[in-house]
Amino acid sequence: MENIKEIVDNLSEKHGQSPESLLPILQGIVNKRHYISEDAIREVARVLNISTAKVFGTASFYSFLDIKPRGKYVIRLCKTITCNMHGSHMIRSTIENMLKIKLGDTTLNKKFTLLETNCLGWCHKGPAMLVNDKSYTELTPEKIRAILTAYLNDEIEE
Amino acid sequence: MAGKKLKKVDLIFNQECLTKEYLKRTLDRDADELLAELIDSGLRGRGGAGFPTAMKWKMARQAAGDEKYVICNADEGEPGTFKDREILEKVACKVFDGMALCARVIGAKKGFVYLRGEYKFLLEQLEKDLDIFHKNLRDIGFNFHVGIFLGSGAYICGEETALFESMEGKRGEPRNKPPYPTLLGYRNKPTVINNVETLVSALMVTQIGAAEFKKLGTADSSGSKLFSVSGDTPRPGIYELELGMKLSQFVEEFGDGDTKAVQVGGAAGFCVPRKRFDETVIGFEGVPTGGSMMIFNSSRSMFNVIKNYLDFFSEESCGQCTPCRVGCQQLLLGIDAVKRGEKDPAYIDSMLKLTQTMKMTSKCGLGQSVANSFASIAQNFREEMIY
Repeated sequence: MENIKEIVDNLSEKHGQSPESLLPILQGIVNKRHYISEDAIREVARVLNISTAKVFGTASFYSFLDIKPRGKYVIRLCKTITCNMHGSHMIRSTIENMLKIKLGDTTLNKKFTLLETNCLGWCHKGPAMLVNDKSYTELTPEKIRAILTAYLNDEIEE
Repeated sequence: MAGKKLKKVDLIFNQECLTKEYLKRTLDRDADELLAELIDSGLRGRGGAGFPTAMKWKMARQAAGDEKYVICNADEGEPGTFKDREILEKVACKVFDGMALCARVIGAKKGFVYLRGEYKFLLEQLEKDLDIFHKNLRDIGFNFHVGIFLGSGAYICGEETALFESMEGKRGEPRNKPPYPTLLGYRNKPTVINNVETLVSALMVTQIGAAEFKKLGTADSSGSKLFSVSGDTPRPGIYELELGMKLSQFVEEFGDGDTKAVQVGGAAGFCVPRKRFDETVIGFEGVPTGGSMMIFNSSRSMFNVIKNYLDFFSEESCGQCTPCRVGCQQLLLGIDAVKRGEKDPAYIDSMLKLTQTMKMTSKCGLGQSVANSFASIAQNFREEMIY
């Protein structure tokens, strides 16, 4: 596996070393490592020649730039009112029961993290969720069980 | 009383992409002539705020300097809005052509689409569409390049100056205005930033002409607009409708027969109760909207609705200015305290005053608009907030 220095070097080669490169680099780290560690923050600061405080400031602002360890698959369930009205609480409890975690937690095998998020832009097809970058809509408890089973059995293409 | 039937329009999604020849003819037109057409159309921004589009373009055109930018704001995050995703999914070519049109008018060579992280799944297709777009521009000899910048899950980055900050690698904290983006925008250069739909509408004006465009809508709200319809409705989805309709007409068409209130313009918009449906006009002369129309029937608790919005605002407030940061948190605590009976119902009036303070003193639209939904729900559904 690439170490964090190699990851950051490769990303800065791809996106450049200007201030505009910071967000794409941080996004690239999350894609590879599922979160931005303190080591990663130090590496990015070194490569872009800015302070670690600045990198941390930016990283901690954005909800998709996780600075806490996350699972391989981050589930983000929409909590906005329209998804709510269409039963997102049932989806949430189904996921919690199936994965045996609570909202905000990561499974012990580091495969799943369950989070809530604000409007995903699927209000006409709620409840909706993201699993990493993939959207799932019109969820029902049956549907969510099938989707999670597929992830559990590694049947989902990345 | 229902008025005339709602007029459905199909301009945004119906047409094919412009042919290369047509695009060339458009971009070969005199920039002042294009601008005059846009001014004449009366087109106003489709993201929600409704700033006259031609004014933005004109100011950026007049701004000094060679380095200018066109930015497409695809950070669609307002609860209840999902039309921009559909535009980018189905007719991204029109968005890019609209950006080229703007580049022609203001003299920009570079543009960006700021795509919200939640829509990353669109990236692959958009990049393919961009390849075709760039090839077309090369063929017709127009020097303009568009890049895609991905957001990372922050509602506030839909605020134009926060979006620039974000692209510059900073926290998405809105800047003071003025200076406006047309003078000092991205990288402190003159920048036009438009909503996805606005760019398509601007292109449409040059295609069908201002006169034809103005036949739709009213004097203050010309043209058609995409509406994202959700909530208690048998027909959720995206509809292109004429601006200036009455809310009662809308409810007749999309309600489930038991509509108690419609939230027009998302969490930052207004909640209109049933008794006002007939007198409420959807448009800039009445209640404006970026397209979000959330319908609630009488089984819904408006307390839950406002609580959901306040939770959203508290979380998405960037936190740099006190009225918004503390205001949102206190409102959220306050409505719970009233509901539990720990605070007197008159506390609602203190909270209404607080939202007025937030409206006057917050730095950007987020904190300023909390008063819209809070006041319209607290005043019209006061009993639901107490009992």
